[in-house]
Amino acid sequence: MRPFLYQKATDPGMAVQALGAAGNNPLTRATAQPLAGGTTLIDLMKLDVMRPAAIVDINPLAQGWSAIEPRDDSLRLGALAKMSDVAAHDGIQRNYPVIANSLKLAASAQLRNMATLGGNVMQRTRCSYFRDVSYENCNKRNPGSGCAAMDGVNRMHAVLGTSDHCIATYPGDFAQALIALDAMLEITGASGTRNMPFAELHKAPGNTPDIETTLRPGELISAFVIRGRWPRSVYLKARDRQSYEFALSSAAIALDVQDGTIRDARIALGGVATVPWRAREAEALLKGQKFDDGLAQRVADAAFAEARGRRHNGFKIALGRRVVARALQQAVTMEI
Amino acid sequence: MTAAVPEPKANMGQSVPRYDAVVKVTGRATYASDMPLADPAYAFLVTSAIAKGRVDRFDLDDARGVRGVIDIVTHENAPKLKESKLFSNGGYAGTTIEPLKSADIAHDGQIIAVVIAETYESAREAANRVKISYTATAPSATFDSPGTTTAAAKGQNAQFKEDPKVGDFAKAFDEAEVKLTASYDTPTQHHNPMELFSTSCAWMGDNLVIYEPSQYVYGLKNGVAEQLGIDADKVRVVNPYVGGGFGSRGSMTPRTAIIAGIAKRLNRPVKLVPTRDQGFTITTHRAETRHEIKLGARRDGKLIALRHEGAEVSSRPDAYCVGGTKTTTRLYACPNVDSLVSIVRADRNTPGFMRSPPEVPYLFALESALDELAVKLNMDPVELRRINDTTVEPIGGKPYTSRSLMACFDEAAKAFGWAQRSPAPKSMSDGDWLIGHGCAATCYPTQMGPSAARVRLQRDGRTRVEIAGHEIGTGAYTVIAQTAAERLGVPLEKVAVFIGDSDLPPAPVAGGSNSTASTCSAVMMVCDQIRQRLFKAAMPGDSLTDKAKETVGISPAPSTQAAKSGRPPDLDKAFDALGVSIVEEYGEWKPEGAPPDSFRAMHNGQVRLVGGHTMKDQIAYAFGAEFVEVRVNRFTHEIRCPRLVGAFSAGRIMNPRTARSQLMGGLIWGMSSALLEATEIDERTARYVNDNFADYLVPVNADVPGVEVILLSEQDDHINPAGVKGLGELANVGTNAAICNAIYHATGKRIRKLPVRLENIEV
Ligand SMILES: Cc1cc2nc3c(=O)[nH]c(=O)nc-3n(C[C@H](O)[C@H](O)[C@H](O)COP(=O)(O)OP(=O)(O)OC[C@H]3O[C@@H](n4cnc5c(N)ncnc54)[C@H](O)[C@@H]3O)c2cc1C
Ligand code: SF4
Repeated sequence: MRPFLYQKATDPGMAVQALGAAGNNPLTRATAQPLAGGTTLIDLMKLDVMRPAAIVDINPLAQGWSAIEPRDDSLRLGALAKMSDVAAHDGIQRNYPVIANSLKLAASAQLRNMATLGGNVMQRTRCSYFRDVSYENCNKRNPGSGCAAMDGVNRMHAVLGTSDHCIATYPGDFAQALIALDAMLEITGASGTRNMPFAELHKAPGNTPDIETTLRPGELISAFVIRGRWPRSVYLKARDRQSYEFALSSAAIALDVQDGTIRDARIALGGVATVPWRAREAEALLKGQKFDDGLAQRVADAAFAEARGRRHNGFKIALGRRVVARALQQAVTMEI
Repeated sequence: MTAAVPEPKANMGQSVPRYDAVVKVTGRATYASDMPLADPAYAFLVTSAIAKGRVDRFDLDDARGVRGVIDIVTHENAPKLKESKLFSNGGYAGTTIEPLKSADIAHDGQIIAVVIAETYESAREAANRVKISYTATAPSATFDSPGTTTAAAKGQNAQFKEDPKVGDFAKAFDEAEVKLTASYDTPTQHHNPMELFSTSCAWMGDNLVIYEPSQYVYGLKNGVAEQLGIDADKVRVVNPYVGGGFGSRGSMTPRTAIIAGIAKRLNRPVKLVPTRDQGFTITTHRAETRHEIKLGARRDGKLIALRHEGAEVSSRPDAYCVGGTKTTTRLYACPNVDSLVSIVRADRNTPGFMRSPPEVPYLFALESALDELAVKLNMDPVELRRINDTTVEPIGGKPYTSRSLMACFDEAAKAFGWAQRSPAPKSMSDGDWLIGHGCAATCYPTQMGPSAARVRLQRDGRTRVEIAGHEIGTGAYTVIAQTAAERLGVPLEKVAVFIGDSDLPPAPVAGGSNSTASTCSAVMMVCDQIRQRLFKAAMPGDSLTDKAKETVGISPAPSTQAAKSGRPPDLDKAFDALGVSIVEEYGEWKPEGAPPDSFRAMHNGQVRLVGGHTMKDQIAYAFGAEFVEVRVNRFTHEIRCPRLVGAFSAGRIMNPRTARSQLMGGLIWGMSSALLEATEIDERTARYVNDNFADYLVPVNADVPGVEVILLSEQDDHINPAGVKGLGELANVGTNAAICNAIYHATGKRIRKLPVRLENIEV
């Protein structure tokens, strides 16, 4: 860890200004970083992976930015809402089980009490080579240096959305619920507020794995907005232990089924992809269909049609298919 | 009484609460790095990013520029230290790889520099700014890596004396009606005790005080003195509480003398708190092992041939091995036995003891193989063990001092509901989950070592016990206090215990599960010396036999013969007769069969354990049986273990509450060693990859919803005065096999390689 300037945000304007002053680096290397729960940022600073010169503590903005607002036909979640509060919220458990469960099954109770929704979607990969600066070859941390994981220990790594430069998994759970439900982001920046589909936030690694999101230095996520209600939705997560562990494979599923016919279907995949992953081609197979196990299988296959495994993570392809198929069955049969 | 506070059965002490319970739960227990130091400097380690090669150059400009940096110590300017010998060669060290002596690097994460600064934060920042140029050579990581060498353990490891053999294995195996040949693998694992591997050193003139979590304060004191070239009596190691050890703190690591040397040079106390990941490479680990088991049996299940071949990875310079064949060749009746242990040398740090070092990997192989044999014989695995149960070990023909293995199986089977299982694989399920039941035996050698103690009794009954034992979380304070209270007949609340300090009378290493047997035997002996003195003073007319056990009680406590027979001399009378208000006794106890140099070695911090199969005419082990339920998800293949049931017999149970806690932790650890724990090695670089607590998985509460411990009554008068068989390392043995046996039952697929992950499951 290195010394840094600590500033407390007094209002959104001051926060974005303090952050914007940091210059034009990609956000991941910006010299000023916002601090929310700190459960990712402080870790990475202690590991010397992130070395911001300044920290802007945005927790004082919680008053305006942490509301949980279910409305008749939409849901607005403040970026500083705590994971635990959102997961425990009655209305969200009832109308958006995929959101409640993606949060409840993430991290540990202690972390969920600290961590915010905004910080959660911005959390960075758990790739061990990325998180240990004694490994030189990491294109994400050290652009152009190569990728130690490619032919190293890569059991936890991605099979979808990878490039020759990086195969790091996007580790979060909540983002799958957001991308499945076509969430919108409310972004606060120097020139006010803009809206953007959540699906446009994360960038696949391509040639520039160090650039992870489309957010610019000086911009903050202030809220998430979801239209409609999705009571028929599930989050299924497969992991090595019963709690407090990232997904090896997960699926966020939301269905609109009427009279046995699937009117709308959303599938997002976690633990297997470099970014929050929407399986649109697989979804298309469901629309207008009656559900059966054979269809579930075809959908699951389609979701992983493009997947490419490496030495230790090839199992995620078969696992991911089973997780998708099972999650679909659960969503179809759930009582709402 | 509750599950956590078991009712004592015959030959068990009281389930009193832990002596240190309140200070621990209130956070007032002082661990090594909590010890206040006057104006300390802070050390931060820089460790190597390569496993083999050398440091060409340090660029320290940037680091030296950090405010508060006092010095950066590298091989170029490190304090000169004398050579440290391996503990198994008459020394104290766990490795002979000595960092900072040259530019050479022999393993990943080797200490290559120490930054000293005014604050921890500046030391850490400066360490981050140290730039190093290396010349790296391709390292050999592990089994099958190019460049490793393999040779038999016998002849290169002083402590591995013999590959046990008896009869004619080859012939018997050839003729066996039912045969099994199978190979098993276990991974590298790390102890990861909660307390980090901190070290603080403070000099007062020529005297050195070391605050460090250690499982052997006498070993560390003598070892550091040797490296510094000073008199051992000038060194004091203090650690009243140790936040877990599991073997990782049993032998000396290089860091201590380095920090002591730096503190001397600076003339200032120095405090080091390494990071969690540094803990993976600056101490020892459990080496990865491979096994081949051959079993030959008659159709009725009787074993007639057994061969166990094991291979273990060690470092280039040190031939460390655990050689568990000493146990696996003796566990069951079998007339024809053969074995071989080899050591594979790679570019790794020297491995070391980790909770039940030989038994965890070696019984995984044997107890898995027995289950496989039971399947071949179409026999209940419990019955297969019964058929091959024995009271005499087959190699030397020595009788077990006591052996309640089958009683453990029967009790645990009953509690588990084994009779209700349907034996066919894949025949039990619950919704998405396939259910499997499995079992295995556990055993652990009963060991003890020479130990001294000092006990002081005051007229008002207040008692002080001093012994350089170790509270590594096992309950040492508690059982020592109970022993003294019982033996002197004073109330438990009046007993104060002082341990964890090398200025106290020596006790053995807290390893090999010998502590309770050794320290309590010594404390009993010294308490008896006190009683003898009091008795002689109070009743000069009566002739007291020399039999310490028969001496009178000194209060009306019902714990002694004489007290029961109604003639307790009261304390006042005895003290009046003596004319003093305090009686203090010191004594040195050694187990039967201890080598002649035992007491000298004890003071020199050298381990002289006897027991297990090394006893002269007998063999002493504690036993247990473990039953587990696993659930395997049909869809995700996730493996969960909702129930662990173990029954154990270990001679006298000093305190059922602390015993249960040890055994429960053991069962959980055993499950973890099967399903979760593995240190991943990048084979290209021979470096650890998941060397942190987020990636090196251990169970969380949700992983262990049901753990049941059953303590059996057992009396063994052949082992030590306390009648105690160590049980700290009993329950985490065999669990790994029980889990794999249960996975076989759930899925019909045998898994022979640990850890078992969901990708290894087929349903
Ligand atoms: C051991 C462990 C296990 C975990 N397991 C899981 C798991 O299973 N599933 C899971 O999903 N997560 C898991 N997590 C991750 C955890 O959920 C995240 O660390 C947490 O959600 C981050 O939120 P925070 O508020 O603490 O973010 P911070 O650490 O404060 O911030 C994270 C990043 O986001 C930026 N940031 C914060 N707020 C905003 C904002 N409003 N706008 C723009 N940028 C912002 C920060 O600058 C920083 O770069 C785990 C974490 C740990 C340590
Ligand atoms: S996978 Fe990505 S994050 Fe991991 S080492 Fe490779 S480049 Fe770095």
